[in-house]
Amino acid sequence: MSMTATTPVRRFSLANALPALTGIGTLVTFFLIVELLIQTDMLSRFIVPPPSEIIASFPRVIVEEHVLQRFVQTLGECLTAGVMLTVVGVAIGVLMQRIKLLQQACETWVAALASAPVVLCYPLFMVIFGRNAWTIIMMGFVAGLPPVILKTLEGISGTRKVLVNVGRSFNLTSSQQFWKILFPAALPTIFVGIRLGLIFALINVVGVEFLINFGGLGQLINELAERYDLAGTYAAICFVVLVSVLFFMAVEKAERWLTRAE
Amino acid sequence: MADTSRVTPLAAPAPVMSPVTLLRIVIILTVLAVWELLSYSGWLYQDVVPSLLAIGGALIDLLTHGEYYFNLAVTAGEVGTALLLGGSLGLIVGITLGANRFLSKAFESYLYYLGPTPKIIFFPIMIMWFGVGPGSKIALGTLSCFFPVALSAAAGMRQIDKTLIRVGKSFRASTAQMVFKIYLPAMRHPIINGVRLGLGVALIGTLLAETKLSNKGIGFLIINAYSTFDMPRMYAMLIVLFILSIGANAVVGRLGGLDTIKRN
Repeated sequence: MSMTATTPVRRFSLANALPALTGIGTLVTFFLIVELLIQTDMLSRFIVPPPSEIIASFPRVIVEEHVLQRFVQTLGECLTAGVMLTVVGVAIGVLMQRIKLLQQACETWVAALASAPVVLCYPLFMVIFGRNAWTIIMMGFVAGLPPVILKTLEGISGTRKVLVNVGRSFNLTSSQQFWKILFPAALPTIFVGIRLGLIFALINVVGVEFLINFGGLGQLINELAERYDLAGTYAAICFVVLVSVLFFMAVEKAERWLTRAE
Repeated sequence: MADTSRVTPLAAPAPVMSPVTLLRIVIILTVLAVWELLSYSGWLYQDVVPSLLAIGGALIDLLTHGEYYFNLAVTAGEVGTALLLGGSLGLIVGITLGANRFLSKAFESYLYYLGPTPKIIFFPIMIMWFGVGPGSKIALGTLSCFFPVALSAAAGMRQIDKTLIRVGKSFRASTAQMVFKIYLPAMRHPIINGVRLGLGVALIGTLLAETKLSNKGIGFLIINAYSTFDMPRMYAMLIVLFILSIGANAVVGRLGGLDTIKRN
């Protein structure tokens, strides 16, 4: 008997595609109505530029405003923050799990930090690091740290008892028990934490870039808005939203792939 | 017959302080001592790490002046309005999407992926639409708050026990009765969770908008302290703000009974 798993072939049917088509159709209709309202002067083009003008301004914004360069800069800041929060967050989470007293004393503080408006510290970070990329990276790092710590703790603490007992029956040392049993078992949960941390980091990186008018994509929106380039501002916002959505999808896919590989 | 020979052992005296509390105090004292040491060492700019005395003085100064409370009231009003608008809208959309599988498939993915995008980038649009006054701050807070409430409500709606819905239908409850007597009570925890998240992001959205362009509110005070390089005042405001936001978050959770949920 063949044991090979076969993936079911998904056949295209109108019934399956109808909801997605309805969603896209509604969006297109909405933009057409906005275009019509603006063209008939029922909506001021000085408040909302026509969607056709926004679409036409995309190539100009991409070429003239060096979008690719800005995108690389934002991505670089985000990934630097991501690497830092992964290393530091997982290390703190493991340390807290190993020292139970520390976990009991500090876990609620970390959870409280997760609900605090940390991004409001950006003026403070500007004083400490100056108006440069490090302020942005550190904001992303601090904002993304709590979920990584909490999920690392949750993952290691939630290791199934049977796995721990298997390790004990093999007389594994404490270090072997951690590296061969606890850490691999906790990896799927840790990846969830890293995904959340990366999302928080991206939100804060773009947000702080916009607020301090420095860096990549966030600064682009601020500059275009200050020049009162309406179509360009809307196009830049659409571009940032698109990049964010693609980033979340990529991180989600990576998490699924990594957890499946476990 | 009572066994008089048995002597109940004297209970060991309870420790004055649990080890956890003791460790917490030690950590706090260590951080404060290191801070004070850094402040006087000259290793960092003294203005970046002001002495605890200066921060304490700024805290007292802040809390004893009416100006702070006026700005706090402005921010609280903006956040409250944003929460009310974004929360109500999110609830309506969430219930609609959760109740209808087709609509959920058509539109929920947009909410799911737009939810975590940085909302502050929409601030230039909000200024054009609602002006430079409180309207644009409320609008940004509303936009921030809408997504978590809508997604939580939609998820909560799908988690309702089908038996409860059948009971409601067997009593021939009207749509309004179904919403108020079945759906909303059954979805209490996901909704409160959504409101909690919504409150946090509405607060952040409103305050960030205030730091960008405003002449009143806590965000304005913080950026004003930065502009005048009044670091003790900035630290004092951040401390009060953190305490207030964490407290508000905990109160919403407690009011909604989230602390009573049994966790495995």
